[in-house]
Amino acid sequence: MTVVDRRNDAPADEAEAAEVVRAARRDGIKLDIVGGGTRAGLGRPSEGAARLATARIAGIVFHEPAEMTISIRAGTPLGVVEEALAAHGQMLPFEPIDHRALYASRGEPTVGGLVAANASGPRRISAGAARDSLIGLRLVNGRGECVKSGGRVMKNVTGLDLVKLICGAHGTLGLVTEATFKLLPKPQSEATIVIRRLDDERAVAAMTRALGSPFGVSGAAALGAGMGREFPRTFLRVEGFAESVDYRAERLIALLADFGAKHALRGEESQRLWRAVRDAEFLAEPRGHAIWRVSLPPSKGPRFVARLGALALSHFYDWGGGLVWLASEPTEDAAAAVRAALAPLGGHATLVRAPDALRARVDVFEPLAPALARLTKGVKASFDPDGLFNFGRMVAGA
Amino acid sequence: MSQIAFPPVDASILARRDAILAGLAAILPDDCVIADLVGRRAFETDALTAYRRLPLAVVLPRSSEEVARVMKFCRDSGVNIVPRGAGTSLSGGAIPQEDAIVLGLSKMSRILEINLADRYARVEAGVTNLAISEAVGPEGFFYAPDPSSQLACTIGGNIGMNSGGAHCLKYGVTTNNILGVRLVTLDGEIVEIGGPQLDAGGLDLLGLICGSEGQLGVVTEATVRLLRAAEGARPVLFGFDAAEDASQCVAAIIGAGIVPVAMEYMDRLAIEICENYAHAGYPLDVEAMLIVEVEGGNEEMAAELAKITAIARTHRVRTIRESMSAMESAQIWKGRKSAFGATGRVADYICMDGTVPTGRLPEALRRTGEICAAYGLRVANVFHAGDGNMHPLILYDVNDPAQQQKAEDAGMDVLKLCVELGGCLTGEHGVGIEKRDLMRRQFTEADLAQQMRVRAAFDPQWRLNPAKVFPLDGRAA
Repeated sequence: MTVVDRRNDAPADEAEAAEVVRAARRDGIKLDIVGGGTRAGLGRPSEGAARLATARIAGIVFHEPAEMTISIRAGTPLGVVEEALAAHGQMLPFEPIDHRALYASRGEPTVGGLVAANASGPRRISAGAARDSLIGLRLVNGRGECVKSGGRVMKNVTGLDLVKLICGAHGTLGLVTEATFKLLPKPQSEATIVIRRLDDERAVAAMTRALGSPFGVSGAAALGAGMGREFPRTFLRVEGFAESVDYRAERLIALLADFGAKHALRGEESQRLWRAVRDAEFLAEPRGHAIWRVSLPPSKGPRFVARLGALALSHFYDWGGGLVWLASEPTEDAAAAVRAALAPLGGHATLVRAPDALRARVDVFEPLAPALARLTKGVKASFDPDGLFNFGRMVAGA
Repeated sequence: MSQIAFPPVDASILARRDAILAGLAAILPDDCVIADLVGRRAFETDALTAYRRLPLAVVLPRSSEEVARVMKFCRDSGVNIVPRGAGTSLSGGAIPQEDAIVLGLSKMSRILEINLADRYARVEAGVTNLAISEAVGPEGFFYAPDPSSQLACTIGGNIGMNSGGAHCLKYGVTTNNILGVRLVTLDGEIVEIGGPQLDAGGLDLLGLICGSEGQLGVVTEATVRLLRAAEGARPVLFGFDAAEDASQCVAAIIGAGIVPVAMEYMDRLAIEICENYAHAGYPLDVEAMLIVEVEGGNEEMAAELAKITAIARTHRVRTIRESMSAMESAQIWKGRKSAFGATGRVADYICMDGTVPTGRLPEALRRTGEICAAYGLRVANVFHAGDGNMHPLILYDVNDPAQQQKAEDAGMDVLKLCVELGGCLTGEHGVGIEKRDLMRRQFTEADLAQQMRVRAAFDPQWRLNPAKVFPLDGRAA
C-alpha cells in the first residue's frame, strides 16, 4: 500500500490505470482489483498488497438500441446499465446473478465484476452465459499495456478470441476497463408453469421433457420443500410476445399434465421467483453454511445429490438440473466429500461461499488435470508475467 | 500473379523429406500417409482456390492417439503442421506449404454419443456439420450453427474458424454451441477441455480454442449442444426498390423488439444469379431483397410475421411473399444457400466477410459498390443483415491475372472500409492467409503481441498452421 501512490488507488481512466500497473510491476507490488465489492467472497482470498479500483473508470460509452449493442466502462454500476437498457426495452440476455444475497455484501455490482465472474443466471440455458453476450473488451495487462479484443459487432472471428478467455478469469489476466455486449429485447410477457410435489428425479424428468420440447423454455428450476412452500416445486418459464407466451404456456401444461402441471405464475410473481432462483436466495441463510455451485449434465444432478446423503444440507436445481446449488458444512471434510461425489459423474464444482480460512486451504474451483493446468499457467503468464493481478484468486501461488 | 505472400520455405525441412516420410510411416499405418504427388495434389488448396501449395506429405490419422504421435514427431523433428477438415475454408485456412504436412481429420468421422436427455452429442472432428443435425433430426433436435457449406464442412473446421451461419442471429455461432473438445497439443498430450455440462472450470480455454484457426492444437473430438427445433419455421421474402429501404427495415424490425431467427439480404445481382440457378421464385425486378424467417407454432409465426410485415410496409416494401409450405420454404433457402455455388457458375469470385455495425450497413453497401466500380468489377451482395456480416462476392476472371489483382485489391479495400466503419475484417470465414496482412488495420501492435504470446503458450515454435492469422513480419520469437 505504501509504494503505489494512494491517489492512484482508483485511476480516472484506462491510461492512468496502465500507469499504476507499470509502477506496481516496477516495484513488485501485487494488485487486488476492486469493483463494487459485492462478490469479494468469490474465489480464493487474494493476496495483493495494494488495491486497484475501477470506481472512476465508469460510464456508458455507447448504447445503440437498433444494433442491440452497448459498451460500458468497467466501474459502471449494473443498475445504471439496466436502467439505460430498460428505457429502450432491452436487457443483458444472461440474467446475471446478484451476489449480494449470498454474501450479505453491500455496494453496487459493477460491469467489471460481472465480466470477471462470468456472472450468469437461469436464462443461461437459452441465452448463454455472460461470455456468450460479450463481444468485445479492453484490458490493461500485467505489462501495463492497453489491449483490446473483439469489437462492437456481433459476428467477429478476427484473431484469437481473448474476450471469452478473460471473461470468468476473476481478474487474474488483467484489469478489464471496458466491455461491449450484445443485447436482447426485454420480453413483453412471461409465464412460469408450476408443478408441485415432484421428487428430485421426477423434477429433472419434467424439466428434461420441457427442455426437449419446441416451446422455448428460458428457465427450468426445481426448489425443495421449505423453499417458499412446504412442498417441492418445479418451475418452467417461457418469455416473449404475449400471444406467444400464452400459446407456449398452454402447450407446456398439456405436455406436462402427467407430472401435475396445471397453472402458471405471471408478471411480477414470476419475475420475483426467478430473481430468487438467480441469486440463490434460498441458500443465503444460515450464513454459516458453505455454498457450492455445481455444473453437470442434468440427468446426473439428482444422483450427485443422492451420493452426498446427509452432507447435502440443502439444495436446489437450476438449468433443468444441470446446475446444482448446494449447502454443506464449511469444513475440509465436506469439501472433499463434494469433490468425491462429483468425480465419477463428471462436471465441476465451485465453492462459492465459505470462510476465508477454508477457501485458502481447499480448491475453490475444480482442480485441473495436469496438462490443462500447464496450459492455463502459460496463458496466465502471457498476460501477467509477474503475477501482479489478483494473486492466488483462482490458483494458490499464481 | 498473386498478392498474398507465403513465408519462405524452410529448406532444412525439405532436405529431410525422406527421413520425415520414413518417420511418419513408422508411427502410422500405410493407408494413413500420402506421399505421392497425385495424392498430395488433392490437398494443395481449399476453397480459396486461387492459391495452392503442395504439402510435404499428408497424414490421415484415425484416432487421437495417432494424432498425438504425429504431433510429437513433428515437434521433435521440426516439421510444420497444417490441420485440415474438409478444406472448405474461404480464407485459405487449410492451404499448406512445401515444408508442412497436412494433418487431415477425414478418417475421424464417427458420431460417438448422442444424449438427447442431456442435449449433447460427442463427435469426432471429421464429422460434417450437417451429419449431426441429420442424426438427431428424426427426434426433432438439431445442431444450430449452419454455415452454407454445412453439407461438406466438418465440426473440427467449424471450431477452428468459429463458423457462423444464417441462423446465428438467434442461436449464436460455433463458440456458443460447443461444450467441450478433446485437444491434442504439439507436445502430443491429449487434453479434455469442457464436457457435457454447460460451464467448465478454470480459464475458458474452450472459448479461446474456438476460432484459433488450428494454431493452438488439433481438435480431435467435440461435445456439441443439441437444441430442440421449433415447431415450424417460415420465411418471408420482401423486395425493395432501394437498398436503403431494406437496410432500414432491418433496423426497424430489431428496434421493435423482434429478433427473427434469420434476416438475409441479397442485392439485385445476387438475386439474379441465385434465381437463375435455384428457381426459388425470387423477384427479379427489385434492387434488394430480405429473407426474414420466424419460428414457432402456426399462430405464433403468423402473429410475428404480421408484425414484421407491417414494419416492412412502412419501409416501402414492393413485393411480399410469405412461404405457404415446407417445400416453398426449402426453395427459398436453397436459393440463398446456393449463392456461392451459383456465383461460381457465372464467374470466378472472391468473397469477403467483413462485419459492420448494422447502423452503418447502407453506407457500407454504397461504398462497397463504389470501390468495386472503381476497379471496373461487378459485385453481388448476399449477407446476414441482422448482424451486419457482409458477403460481397467480387466477380473476376481467374485467367486474367490483372483482373485477379484488381479483385483482391478491391476486396482488401472493402475490408479496410469495414474496419473504418467500426466493424471487423472477418465475421465468420476466419483470417487465414487472406486477411493476415490487414490485421494491423484492426489491431495495435500491443493487441497483436498479446494474441501472439497466448499463441506461443501453446506452440512456442510456431509449427501449427504457421503462415496464418498474424502478419508475417513482427512475429514474436
